[in-house]
Amino acid sequence: MEKALFIVFAVVAVAAALNILFQRNPLYSALSLVGTLMALSAIYITLRAQFIAAIQIIVYAGAIMVLFVFVIMLLNAPKEGPHIDKQKGLRYLAIPFAGLLLAEAFYVIRSVDLAEMPATDSSSRAVGTTWSVGTSLFTDYLLPFEVTSVLILMAVVGAMVLARREGD
Amino acid sequence: MTTDILLEWIIKIAVVIGILLTAVAYLVLIERRILGFIQLRVGPNRVGPFGLLQPAADGLKFMFKEDIIPLTANKFLYVLAPTLILVPALMTFIVIPYGDSITIFGRTIPLHVTRFDVGLLYLLALASIGVYGLALAGWSSNNKYSLIGGLRASAQMISYELALGLSIVGVLIQAGSLDLVKIVEAQGGWYGLKWHVFYFQPLGYLVFFIAALAETNRIPFDLPEAEAELVAGYHVEYSSMKFAMFFMAEYANMITSASLGTTLFWGGWMGPGVERWPALSLVYFIVKVAIFLFIFIWIRSTMPRFRYDQLMRFGWKVLLPLALLNIVITATLVLITS
Repeated sequence: MEKALFIVFAVVAVAAALNILFQRNPLYSALSLVGTLMALSAIYITLRAQFIAAIQIIVYAGAIMVLFVFVIMLLNAPKEGPHIDKQKGLRYLAIPFAGLLLAEAFYVIRSVDLAEMPATDSSSRAVGTTWSVGTSLFTDYLLPFEVTSVLILMAVVGAMVLARREGD
Repeated sequence: MTTDILLEWIIKIAVVIGILLTAVAYLVLIERRILGFIQLRVGPNRVGPFGLLQPAADGLKFMFKEDIIPLTANKFLYVLAPTLILVPALMTFIVIPYGDSITIFGRTIPLHVTRFDVGLLYLLALASIGVYGLALAGWSSNNKYSLIGGLRASAQMISYELALGLSIVGVLIQAGSLDLVKIVEAQGGWYGLKWHVFYFQPLGYLVFFIAALAETNRIPFDLPEAEAELVAGYHVEYSSMKFAMFFMAEYANMITSASLGTTLFWGGWMGPGVERWPALSLVYFIVKVAIFLFIFIWIRSTMPRFRYDQLMRFGWKVLLPLALLNIVITATLVLITS
């Protein structure tokens, strides 16, 4: 059952991800990205990581991508594709970087302990529940958590300073 | 055993969606009757006794109207948008506990479709997905009124979602869970004084109620469809069943908001005598939700509409700080009393 669900959502996720690249219209690309995020969220649920699944939808699909769609609509992007002739040299640079990214991803996946990934423990304190995520954020990972929040606050203040017009 | 549970789920989902859709149809009728009553006129009372068959007549009319797709519209997104609004609106109801457990034919059946660890986050996630439908409907119609309506709707929903989410945090601190069933159970005892609206959360409820009104795009927050300036906003080009889908989604969202307010702040299905007769819990839940729906309609009939800058200023500079203040107050009180 879980395997079947995984296959369905994995196919959707990969198809939508490819669609992001092949679409010429930026709005369709953005909507495909929303599709990918939702399929990933469904895969998280099959792994019993409900909290991450819900947060994925709320933060990425519900907030960030809405702003993307919003901006694309406001800018009313031109129908023909973007001009990318100027950076032809960069195209060849992309191949080694893609290889590097894949190698990195492979290395990380190899080093993760996969034994307890689909948590079979269904108690309210199992890995992936709100309780376990919250507890580890506020105990073991308190410093990175707080540093990240300061970083985000700085970004917000910076954006406000930059967006503010002179004389306001 | 597994097929048993699966069957129970399917029956529950079918019953809940059926009841929800019927409730939506009758909510429209009740709203029109109450509006008529408050505005000293009759309202729709011709079809059937007291106009009770009016929803059927409306439904038939919607189906037989011509379904028009504007020539310059983006057809794919134009057809997709109403679905994107209606489906999340109907999916919300599976986590709301509408009663205690009852026993039928020797089988104990809890009166909620399902429960899980992040039930409340699931509701918030679906609410945030609904924005796409509005924005895409406005954009794909290729009409300036629709576009402005869609942009207004998405900006408003994003702004008020923050206040809505933060107003709930106080309840979460006290109940200690995101599971709606547990939140209801945490409000038991003390003859109803433990309902969150009395027990430390009156400010949270105020912010929640106003933000919920704004999330459902009701007067005084119906800027996205302001008839006087935008004709009808994001759904101006829609006709026939597609228009009906927007309407159904709006009323389904109203019912969800009222149920969520009841569940989080007014003790859910709690009430006197529930321990002895569990079936009473369903009655209490429905009565509470009905009262909130009546208040929604009452507000609609008596309030003027905000101006857009007032709406944004109110959301960001009044509601959001109030919600944050509520979190600080709640955390302090919980720390002192525990």
